[in-house]
Amino acid sequence: MERLQMQGIAKEFGGIAALRGAAFSARSGEVHALMGENGAGKSTLMKILAGAYDHQGGEIRINGAPAEIRSPQDALRRGVSVIYQEFSLARHLSVAENILLERLGRDFWLDRRGMERRAAELLADMGFPEVNPRAFAGDLPVAMQQVVEICKALSRDCSILVLDEPTAVLTAHETEKLFALVRRLRDRGVCVIYISHRLDEIFALCDRVTVLKDGATVGTWETATLDHDSLTRLMIGRELSDFFPARQTNLGPVALEVRGLTTPLVQNVSFSVRRGEVVGIGGLVGAGRTEVLRAIFGADPATGELRLNGQQQVIRSPGDAIRAGIGLVPEDRKQQGVLLDLPILTNAMLTPVNPHLGLFGILRGGRERAAAQGLRERLRLKAASLEAEAGTLSGGNQQKVALMKSLVSRCEILLLDEPTRGVDVGAKVEIYRVINELAATGAAVVMVSSEMLELIGMCDRVLVMRAGHVAGELSGPTLTEEGIIELAMGRDNVH
Amino acid sequence: MSTETTTIGAVQNRNPARRGLLTLLIDWNIYIMLAALIVASAVLSEHFLTLQNIYNLLRQLAPLALVSIGMLLVVLTGGIDLSVGSVAAIGGMVVAMAMPALPIEGGAALILCVLAAMACGTLLGAVNGILVAGFGMASFVATLAMMTMARGIAYMLSNGQPVRFPRELPTAQILTAFGAKGVPGLGTPWPIVAALLIIVLFVVLLRCTSWGRLTVATGSNETAVRLAGLPVWRYKLLAYTICGGLSALAGVMVTARTSVGTPVTGVGLELDAIAACVIGGALLSGGKGTVVQTMVGVLILGLIGNIMNLMSVPAYPQQIIKGVIIILAVLLQGMGASAKRRV
Ligand SMILES: Nc1ncnc2c1ncn2[C@@H]1O[C@H](COP(=O)(O)OP(=O)(O)OP(=O)(O)O)[C@@H](O)[C@H]1O
Ligand SMILES: [Mg+2]
Repeated sequence: MERLQMQGIAKEFGGIAALRGAAFSARSGEVHALMGENGAGKSTLMKILAGAYDHQGGEIRINGAPAEIRSPQDALRRGVSVIYQEFSLARHLSVAENILLERLGRDFWLDRRGMERRAAELLADMGFPEVNPRAFAGDLPVAMQQVVEICKALSRDCSILVLDEPTAVLTAHETEKLFALVRRLRDRGVCVIYISHRLDEIFALCDRVTVLKDGATVGTWETATLDHDSLTRLMIGRELSDFFPARQTNLGPVALEVRGLTTPLVQNVSFSVRRGEVVGIGGLVGAGRTEVLRAIFGADPATGELRLNGQQQVIRSPGDAIRAGIGLVPEDRKQQGVLLDLPILTNAMLTPVNPHLGLFGILRGGRERAAAQGLRERLRLKAASLEAEAGTLSGGNQQKVALMKSLVSRCEILLLDEPTRGVDVGAKVEIYRVINELAATGAAVVMVSSEMLELIGMCDRVLVMRAGHVAGELSGPTLTEEGIIELAMGRDNVH
Repeated sequence: MSTETTTIGAVQNRNPARRGLLTLLIDWNIYIMLAALIVASAVLSEHFLTLQNIYNLLRQLAPLALVSIGMLLVVLTGGIDLSVGSVAAIGGMVVAMAMPALPIEGGAALILCVLAAMACGTLLGAVNGILVAGFGMASFVATLAMMTMARGIAYMLSNGQPVRFPRELPTAQILTAFGAKGVPGLGTPWPIVAALLIIVLFVVLLRCTSWGRLTVATGSNETAVRLAGLPVWRYKLLAYTICGGLSALAGVMVTARTSVGTPVTGVGLELDAIAACVIGGALLSGGKGTVVQTMVGVLILGLIGNIMNLMSVPAYPQQIIKGVIIILAVLLQGMGASAKRRV
């Protein structure tokens, strides 16, 4: 029995079709994956189900009966609960108030104590008792903000639960907790719709898969009848020969050397990266990986020594770093990476060492455009034009814009914080190719990633961090998933 | 900027006792500034710390306090209300014109007149709210238009003339007594008592009711509130409406104190109210600010004026100094925010 049926759903944004007659149906008691390239329309389809967007055509049926969903209230009343890809937390409210936001709409007096108790229960139930229900949501690390988001959806009594890339900011450990929870809900008969670009998650968790392409439905399959290759082919419509493109490692002299880097959250981190080398940083969320990159980039105060090409260098601000040839693609693209109100082109060129600037910093429109256009095609950026505002792009496409910025500036030292988060498989491979090309032309790349396969496939060496220090370094035959997990969870590797 | 802390959502960050002296100073900057201004005033004039002088000062600040509360509500939702001064003028005019016009006299008549004035303000505020919440107009633009329209109405009500009401009218006597006299026994001027009651009311409303939290939530993340199925427009509309009502009441207070309703009441009042909110740490982008801190902002603004009058600083340099103080306060808060991030 299908719990949810969506038929012929159409949606346009300013004359450009995001959905053209998409169909989707899911049963109760199953985890149903919704897959597709960046910009295929997955989030849009789910926002229509949630009443956040109006749809221009088609029909939604819940339990076989037509359901008119025109507002979030309509959806909530019918038991539809959505965890959105973009965070929808009020930063200035407490965790408890965010989780129980709807309850605020019902009560007159604010029952702070009761709400905190209920929120603490929900958090503990999810396996995250360490999150303080009284903290401001905006003060939490992104992973915990995601946990709050999930908790908020679960606080409602939902029969259809949509998770739009919930694990993008979680690491293995937290992801496992989330999966356990999703399975529990499924066994209770909830219809779970799951969106993710991590294929192994789909195979681990989902019973069926529906693939969207360019706003239309390609089809629905039992997960058991698919494998990585066939699913990829269905999504991007072509074969992906090698997922991690081979690279000729051509090591040059040491480009970046960090000695005893220390910040309030990081202790005594030392490592060096040579030209042509890709060094990975693994570990759990909160292990201090992002802090290391930010400190090198001059975004946070730190002590320690930094040598660039053998010369000691003092970097006090991001401006210093960029002039010294260091580029950073930050982890939280919404807040740090992309200016949502500005066109893609402006975003891509927003760097002080823009090689496409002419004399006296006059913008040379033509060359910029050509460079951005080239990257747009390579990364398969799905956008109406380079003038489209970054905020109107799908999540994965925004990530591509954030990356374009650093690729355009031709940095010698590139710091990438979760560069492929939320990016579809096809574009991931392109991003890997671009990183490899940069390394081949002599750039030194440092890459933080929570995807272990990505670290193993892309990096020459991987530093694993735990609780603010480097727990060990892996390379060659020792660079395995087990090796990374072991270091990330405990047990130092001293040599 | 996302800070990753080992204890998640560490509330101890907000416990000032455990932080350095500098952060402590920054955290409490407006209270320290207030204390410094009080000390400075006391040193400059031996009359300052007399009850009479303090009552005088506070009585003059009462209208600004009311308007600032209204402004804070709007600012919390992420908007701004430029029309408060003009609406206050209308409130002051309406009460002055209504008193002699009414067939009845006395306390009940006065209450009717005040309600009429507040109704006018509430209505104008609601128009602001509908334009912003219903039609999605930028609050700056909508209330800018209302600012000039309401001022125009205030002038037209009496052809630009001040409205004097017969002093001997019993209704008017009660009003002027409210403006001039104090609570029997205590001597606390009535406007101060009234303002205090309203302050307490809004402290409770904002802190202890869901409506208060949702007003903050609207300014913090409107999408989140909408997606929770809650009527964002209602919180916005209510904020502008209340702001209009409070502004009109402020105008009534001015009329009570001066015994005359003038159409030039409250010129520039919106700037003082915004300044009070900002000095009190409110974010103009919404989601942050409290009534108590805004009231401290009002006191700071009032004391600055008071000190400079005591030192007989001429009016023009006073404006410069006021601007400098606002900038200083906001700079300190910025430092506070970044210091917190680094903890
Ligand atoms: N608010 C909006 N305004 C204009 N265009 C939009 C808006 N939201 C989405 N789009 C467009 O609709 C298309 C589908 O976007 P959607 O967010 O549904 O993609 P998605 O499948 O979720 O992709 P991703 O995997 O990157 O999250 C994209 O081309 C996007 O640019
Ligand atoms: Mg999406």
